[in-house]
Amino acid sequence: MEFYLIVSTIMFFTGVYGFITRHNMLAILMSLELILNAVNINFVVFNRFLFPGQMEGMFFSIFSIGVAAAETAVAIAIIINVFRNGKNIETSEVKTMKH
Amino acid sequence: MTVVSRKILRAATYLLFVLIATAGYYVLLNYHFLAGIQISVYVGGILVLFVFSIFLTSQVGEKMPKVKLTKKIFGLVASLFGAALCLFVILTQTYTYADKVADKEIDMHAIGQALMGTEKFQYLLPFEAISILLLACIIAGILVARKK
Repeated sequence: MEFYLIVSTIMFFTGVYGFITRHNMLAILMSLELILNAVNINFVVFNRFLFPGQMEGMFFSIFSIGVAAAETAVAIAIIINVFRNGKNIETSEVKTMKH
Repeated sequence: MTVVSRKILRAATYLLFVLIATAGYYVLLNYHFLAGIQISVYVGGILVLFVFSIFLTSQVGEKMPKVKLTKKIFGLVASLFGAALCLFVILTQTYTYADKVADKEIDMHAIGQALMGTEKFQYLLPFEAISILLLACIIAGILVARKK
């Protein structure tokens, strides 16, 4: 069981590295998806190996996938709006509203 | 590879591979329903949305600007330190495994009844709450992205 957890830890911290490092907002969102997937794997692994009679981990993962979908949709709508205003979605270039 | 590639469409393709691989993980763990949901929602929904928005907002094929070295090193140190900490905690923990690990997949009837039931461990209320959340997100998406 530890091997599944090692994989999900590596995925999580790869997502964190991408989140810190990237400039493009869509790439930041993709790293966020990696983080959410790693968390889902963790839930399911704990459910299957430690509590095989119950289904809570799987249902939490189902709802987490749904919430991630909704949140990504709204984030992409916001990013497209930002692009319309400034023609640029790098985090170092979105400066027009800065004081 | 998703996080270091300079061309963003390649990053999206690597993300596709990662999502399919996690669906494979769910199949290995005998959660076939979850694997199906992962592929249909994540790959078929979110990734397609990503690819469309990549096409809408940037020149596909041009390289993204190089990240400064200090930022890369800071990110690398932070994530490696966090990974080492988490791995240490995970690997030195003794797990009490349950007596029998169920080796058959979860019955679909049980999933359906648990999703729609109102007993102690059943999930009707989060189900309705997620449908309201999705409605709010649809309205938000339309409102944010409409033409002035």
